[in-house]
Amino acid sequence: MTTWGCRGLEVRYGATVACQDVGFEVAAGTVAAVVGGDGAGKTSLLRALAGTVRPAAGTVRRPAERRLGYVSAGPGVWADLTVDENLSFAGRAYGLDPAELGRRVGSLLERTGLATARGRLAGQLSGGMRQKLALAMAVAHQPDLLILDEPTTGVDPVSRAELWRLLAASAAGGAAVVVATTYLDEAERAATVLVLDRGRGLLAGTPDEVLAATPGLVVEGTARPPGVPSWRRGARWRAWSPDGSTPPGTRPATLDLEDAVIVAQLRQEPGWSSGGSGRAA
Amino acid sequence: MWAMAMKEFRQMRRDRRTLAMMILLPVLLLVVFGYAASFDVDRVRTVVVGPRAGQVAAALPERLEVVRVAPGEGREDAVEALRDAEAAVAVVTGEGGQPQVLVDGADLFSARSVVTELRGRPGLPTPEVLFNPGLETSAIMVPGLMGVVLVFVGTIATALGVVRERQSGTLEQLAVMPFKARDVLAGKLLPYLGVAVVDLAVIVIVGVLLFDVPFNGSPLVFALGALLFLFCTVGIGVLISTVSETQGQAIQLAIMTMLPQILLSGLIFPIQAMAAGVRWISYLLPLTYFVQVARGVMVRGAPFEALLLPLGMLAVLGAVVFGLSIARFRRDLAPSGRHRDPGPAAEDQGEDAPTRAGAR
Repeated sequence: MTTWGCRGLEVRYGATVACQDVGFEVAAGTVAAVVGGDGAGKTSLLRALAGTVRPAAGTVRRPAERRLGYVSAGPGVWADLTVDENLSFAGRAYGLDPAELGRRVGSLLERTGLATARGRLAGQLSGGMRQKLALAMAVAHQPDLLILDEPTTGVDPVSRAELWRLLAASAAGGAAVVVATTYLDEAERAATVLVLDRGRGLLAGTPDEVLAATPGLVVEGTARPPGVPSWRRGARWRAWSPDGSTPPGTRPATLDLEDAVIVAQLRQEPGWSSGGSGRAA
Repeated sequence: MWAMAMKEFRQMRRDRRTLAMMILLPVLLLVVFGYAASFDVDRVRTVVVGPRAGQVAAALPERLEVVRVAPGEGREDAVEALRDAEAAVAVVTGEGGQPQVLVDGADLFSARSVVTELRGRPGLPTPEVLFNPGLETSAIMVPGLMGVVLVFVGTIATALGVVRERQSGTLEQLAVMPFKARDVLAGKLLPYLGVAVVDLAVIVIVGVLLFDVPFNGSPLVFALGALLFLFCTVGIGVLISTVSETQGQAIQLAIMTMLPQILLSGLIFPIQAMAAGVRWISYLLPLTYFVQVARGVMVRGAPFEALLLPLGMLAVLGAVVFGLSIARFRRDLAPSGRHRDPGPAAEDQGEDAPTRAGAR
């Protein structure tokens, strides 16, 4: 199976190290999620994968440029062109002949729900519609590797679901899809997850593997348990018990990716790497 | 109010380019333009022809700087010397009687100073003004102003067009598309060049019809000069775009390149009247040579051979500026060198000296 990705990747902007020793792979027909907070190195990793940033160290493997689709963290569309014109430009840029382009544009407009807006300027579209247009432009030439930098940030939940449906369809069509996101519920839908923190890989694997690798026990309760790191999840508190014990007033929680990432980040902090004394997160 | 002023001051302090423009530019402009702002031409290049050329040349007023004495040549040769801009004044001597003084009306300030001087001296011949007999300012200014319009379209519009792409974030999108940097640049510039050519045609027609500006030379030579000049202005526009993050910065830089061109190119102040220290700046400006070509072709009807120097300089300046701008643009668009790899798959190897990010 064809795989794309990087090994030992290091990306620098002058003296600033954005990514260090990052390894990552995505297989054809699957979706891989790159997760991390602001400044974690997601965009730098994706740019290195797309080829707009030269790595300072390591290797990157990607298909030829005509077989690559990319949606940047920016708008990704030309605001003063219509939906139709944006799609035509993207298709022509990738060398589609007019007949094929017409067929694909029609199909993409239907699948993205943009058919009724095809004459509107991209700058006048809502955030969700604009992202769907950017995605449609990136997949118009049916790329082997599709890279999307936070396509759902600032997008309403319905549009987010639609965007993920389109991503899944691209993967089902054979593309390897890499999507950066800050939403961990989205990342759980991916085949593999890479969690970045301050430019380094923190966790990697399938969502189940990441959950299984979480040490200790995550518990939940209505009050903040003393002596262990804790965080809010909705109206309740969750806490990480490094030694696997259940603090008074809590019960074991159903672990999800958000908990696993928080625990992994806590383990990076001094005093918690081997389950130290109490500190509030 | 103080909170607002402090916020503004802090923002101003961080925008160093604007701050430098506000503080240093006025001083620089005052010094440079102070030395350039003069209409007084002290020395006028003169050729003297005809049988008594040597004798008459020795008796000419000091203002007429004799650059060539040719006893074997006649009036036709003298006219040709003016048309080729070899001199601004030609004195044609005969076997006897008063010599004829021919003045190049396209060299307006030189012509005016000579005409005033000769008319004020009894016994000296009345000068004959060629090419622009009425010494009309519009006949001289309009061809030069065409260059200014081309600077506006070529430099400002191009710089803004490219920076808009970066500012809106779509330059990064272009960077991953299968375009070569030169294709992106050529595709980006073609519409602006088209508009500039239409602009030029309109200005020529309006200048000729409305201001009675003569068009005595070859339209082809004029078109060649205009094309080479556009090459320079568009190149400057692209160069500005590669060092500007925002459209505001691009406009600032464009104005900084336009002001010297307008004031030091010979369009307004004669170059020969400028102090030697600033005159060399004129010789580095593309508009200087376009003004020479436009006035040469339109007013004097100068042939291609007579304009080889300004045309050649426009070609050299264009090649230098455009070469630089393409190199910088390529670095912005494809820092990984990905566009040079046509293979089925690509692999980047890390380097010790990486380039900066293409997308900002």
